[in-house]
Amino acid sequence: MTDTPHDDTHKEGPSRRAFLRGGALAAAGVGAGVGAARAATPDPLITEVQPWAQFLGDGVDVAPYGMPIRFEGDVIRRNVEWLTADTISSINFTPIHALDGTITPQGCAFERHHSGAIELSKPDYRLMLNGLVDRPLVFSYDDLERFPREQHVYFCECAANGGMEWAGAQLNGAQYTHGMVHNMEYTGVSLRTLLNEAGVKPEGSWVYAEGADAASNGRSIPLDKALDDCLVAFKANGEALRMEHGYPVRLVVPGWEANMWLKWLRRLTVTDGPVHAREETSKYTDLMPDGRARKFTFVMDAKSVITAPSPQVPIRHGAGPLVLSGLAWSGRGRITRVDVSLDGGVSWQTARIAGDAKPMALTRFYLDIDWDGSEMFLQSRCVDETGYVQPTKDALREIRGLNSIYHNNGIQTWWVKPDGEVENVEVG
Amino acid sequence: MSRSVKIFAGSALATALATVPALSEPLGLGRAAMPDEIAAWDRTVMPDGRGLPEGGGNVFDGEDLWVDYCAACHGDFGEGMGNWPVIAGGRNTLTHDSPKKTVGSYWPYLSTVWDYTNRSMPFGAAQTLTSDEVYAIVAYILYSNDLVDDDFELTHENFTEIELPNEAGFYEDDRDDTEVPLFSGDPCMSDCRDPVQVTFRAVLLDVTPDDPAGARARAEMMGETVDHGDHDEEAATPETTREEEVQTASLDPAQVAAGAALFPRQCGTCHQVGDGARNGAGPALNGIIGATAGHADGFRYSPAITGAADDGLVWDADALHAFLEDPRSYLPRNRMSYRGMSNADDRAAIIAYLASYSD
Repeated sequence: MTDTPHDDTHKEGPSRRAFLRGGALAAAGVGAGVGAARAATPDPLITEVQPWAQFLGDGVDVAPYGMPIRFEGDVIRRNVEWLTADTISSINFTPIHALDGTITPQGCAFERHHSGAIELSKPDYRLMLNGLVDRPLVFSYDDLERFPREQHVYFCECAANGGMEWAGAQLNGAQYTHGMVHNMEYTGVSLRTLLNEAGVKPEGSWVYAEGADAASNGRSIPLDKALDDCLVAFKANGEALRMEHGYPVRLVVPGWEANMWLKWLRRLTVTDGPVHAREETSKYTDLMPDGRARKFTFVMDAKSVITAPSPQVPIRHGAGPLVLSGLAWSGRGRITRVDVSLDGGVSWQTARIAGDAKPMALTRFYLDIDWDGSEMFLQSRCVDETGYVQPTKDALREIRGLNSIYHNNGIQTWWVKPDGEVENVEVG
Repeated sequence: MSRSVKIFAGSALATALATVPALSEPLGLGRAAMPDEIAAWDRTVMPDGRGLPEGGGNVFDGEDLWVDYCAACHGDFGEGMGNWPVIAGGRNTLTHDSPKKTVGSYWPYLSTVWDYTNRSMPFGAAQTLTSDEVYAIVAYILYSNDLVDDDFELTHENFTEIELPNEAGFYEDDRDDTEVPLFSGDPCMSDCRDPVQVTFRAVLLDVTPDDPAGARARAEMMGETVDHGDHDEEAATPETTREEEVQTASLDPAQVAAGAALFPRQCGTCHQVGDGARNGAGPALNGIIGATAGHADGFRYSPAITGAADDGLVWDADALHAFLEDPRSYLPRNRMSYRGMSNADDRAAIIAYLASYSD
């Protein structure tokens, strides 16, 4: 009898090794062909009994909470050291180049904090609702679990995702150019339900949300949005939030910039206007070419990127069948269409959207091609249900210049070379 | 107010609002928030000054506080150290290639400065300042931006008289009017442009992080396919580790381990130690034990440290004990933004840990 772990190992081993052997040959200068699978001699992985087919694997008590198999050890969050002054007030990047599907595992979903990820236990957790409400209230964590629950899948994207690319191609990898995004299934209580519990006074027009960490990051949210679809979430992808994502409770603000998704949520204050806190004035405002700045640029514009092939995922198998896999999302609703260009935007073909495209959630697309082995300039361009078409970087720059930092949703170009290597480039 | 109308115009959310079900009766969960609790947590200050506590502070006191609490990251004059935010200067640079967004050049409201300093600063010791100290620091920030004279005192009474220069420099998100119409419509599918050429390559900048973790993981897998490696573990032990073990033989390993556990949170925000340690907000600490004060090359020490070095201060264990216990008393006006470590065992652990990285 074969138990499941053995079965997994068996399937995983040979294919990974075949892939690696291809890589080794390429590295040795022999060529980037698919050597192993087309060997002239019988494959010892098949003809010889392998150790995993003879001996025993791990028992069920080895990993009460499992981590990815060690062969996937490079599928991790990474940071860019020069980007911030230290790692406490910093950001790292989701390895989107190595993931597929749409849901981001919590353990590799990007983190951004301003005073470090804190440990706040459920017994120590309090949520205060005050300000322009009829009944200022304090909730414990257990109180929150007694309200009617909702579940939704949403993307969470930092407004600065792609911010390093305004002046030109800078970071060589989809993880770094587009990895300040994750997508999870949240369980929680609608913010509307909690505000209703406190009773919003007629003069209330904004909600100020604040976290419990030392940064006590706070953001002002228009009441209309707070009453529409915001969620006070305590579970993600079925399990408790991770510490780095705001355990035990975070705010979910669908389609809007991630800085508003307050982690370690401790306070919701109904106000008669925006607070103009630091993160909505000195940061997260978009400097325009005339020296003025846009504020309250909450919604994340429609965006897409081919995640593989990409600079961290070169093509190792040579010409022939090739899967182009990518992600698209929009803060304004559903993705309705994704087009892919192989020639830098001269001509386009419509890609296949996998599964159901959910509003304000990552959507996976594929284009299956027969690569002739020649140079390609890969681009993807998405359209959302409002008819918004993802613009080129140049079209954005024409309006916003080079110094707005945030909300760069321009079309990405990957230069695929005949040897399968891929580079982040811009084309003209 | 018009703000939300604008935000929602033309968005899918506008239609979604109509489908929101009617709100039901409250469930009676939670409990009433007490006035003291609200006062403790709701420290919000609005641009019109609502929420400010009574009090005040002057530029002179603010400068002292700034040196103690702020200068390590933001520089003596708000010029910013390393990647830390620049606070002063930058006027009339917002249209430049490299705009400097400071309190004087960019921030719209003084309330933001007060609120952020009060709730979130100093970095690593938030909410330890008194209201009067916050007023004084904010007064110094205004002074360092040439917005007030050196005899200025900021109080809750004159607070709203201060207008920051760039208050009118902001406008609400207008993408729905200025961008969405341009970026909508049937996208082109063929002959959309002339054939392309590469105009910019990320690799030429060479700023993408190396991939040591990925390289290690791949190397590990490769190694396995080549040999089944009983000796792998030994081969993977770097020589440096062994040398360190020899060097640290006289240290108590448990104490070093305790120090290693304390270091990241107590010191690691500003200091690095070990292989590749560099100066950050604070100097790199390799070889500090037994070194004369101010030993890290290239670090801009405060006059307090350089003066002590001139007087012959050597960081032996006793000196570090005294310094770490109460940095400000031991070396007044030094720039280390750290309140001190009262537990002698913890201090000994940190010192042992630092000693394990002697040069």
